[in-house]
Amino acid sequence: MRLTVNDEEHELHSPPLTSLLAALREELDITSPKAGCNQGGCGACTVLVDGEARRSCLVPLAALEGTSITTVEGLGAADDLSPVQAAFDEHYAAQCGFCTSGFVMAATALIDREPKAGREDILEALSGHVCRCTGYVKIVAAVEAAAKGDVHPEQVEPSFEPEEAEVLIPGSPA
Amino acid sequence: MTSTSLEAAQVVVPMSRDEAVKEFGDGSGVTVFAGGTILMPEINYGRLKPARVLMLGNAGLSGIGSSGSALTIGAMTTVAELENAPEPLGSTARNVADHEIRAQGTLGGNLCAPSGGGTPRGDLQAALIALAATVKTAGKDGERTEPVEDFIAAGANGRLVLEVEIPEPKRSGYAAARRPHAHAYTILAVCAAETSAGVRVGISGAGATAQRARHVEDALAGGASVEDAAQKVADDAEPHDDALASAWYRQRLLPVLVRRALDDLGGGK
Repeated sequence: MRLTVNDEEHELHSPPLTSLLAALREELDITSPKAGCNQGGCGACTVLVDGEARRSCLVPLAALEGTSITTVEGLGAADDLSPVQAAFDEHYAAQCGFCTSGFVMAATALIDREPKAGREDILEALSGHVCRCTGYVKIVAAVEAAAKGDVHPEQVEPSFEPEEAEVLIPGSPA
Repeated sequence: MTSTSLEAAQVVVPMSRDEAVKEFGDGSGVTVFAGGTILMPEINYGRLKPARVLMLGNAGLSGIGSSGSALTIGAMTTVAELENAPEPLGSTARNVADHEIRAQGTLGGNLCAPSGGGTPRGDLQAALIALAATVKTAGKDGERTEPVEDFIAAGANGRLVLEVEIPEPKRSGYAAARRPHAHAYTILAVCAAETSAGVRVGISGAGATAQRARHVEDALAGGASVEDAAQKVADDAEPHDDALASAWYRQRLLPVLVRRALDDLGGGK
């Protein structure tokens, strides 16, 4: 089947009941959607299907003929962040990062459908994405800022090269 | 119609209601795929390896229409589209999971949802019971329409849900035990509605499927107070233990929720 992902058309060969999540990650090597629970509970795999937020683990390829998919990779680039991405950076809203892709996509979809989304709308729209870090204050603040247009992508310093982690104990994860 | 046959399964995508009915036939060997929120985890984890899948997304089975004082709701109408439906269906729909899941899960899927891990999953069922909904299905002997509680009790085997019809209620009430932001299935919910047939009460979360609280309804019809009628629910349901709550807790909570739903009904919403 053919699938448009981030404005690029792909020919997919995975079986029709393969989840969009598995096809994105394993066939197309697009890894921003995270495989957390694979059953719709965690929200980390959320992508946009024709502009609407969907759990990619719950959508089979067979249901996607002719649709257009957007993932975090399609929102912006390191030196050209989308407003939601820039707001997450400014507000230090990433936490451990595993749930971040889902939060960013859900927030992007929310602001798209409700440009004047208030705090209650934001809490409701993000409620399917809370994980275990707790402390969602910064995430909510980031989305509130993005909804108000109070973001400054030009001030974000792009970091193209991941910094080399300092290994204090040889053989241990840094 | 498009038909894709690959190694894992044959996927049939009917492009109309008639095609869906024809492809469903008597339902044998057919896995019906509606929103996918319950089926996809089964497929992802390899617990379900369907041979033939009927994918209903393009079958024209979604949408809400009104005729006179009744609403007709297509089986593929999403839970999100029911958020503003007449009460108590609207409140029930808004209490389902989160935005993304509500936008994907369907009315038909909810009606056919089996319990999972011992926890009932058809959160909309109690509201439909209270509203005296009827369900139109297709299957071996053609199409038929029956009360929703009969459909739920018999199970979906061999029947393809096409649409649900609900009469506009005169009054309605709703009470539920929720775990905010946990997005679990409903621990317990009680729906009440007054239709031309009198007051009806539906319960979600006190059995594998939702059920009608006939003892409560009969007590109300006989002139009992709300308080006394609510106690009769002990004769209607035998709550169970599951991961969400114990039977002990549900037994104590259930009459309280029945009373609250009936009090809510008194508000004349």
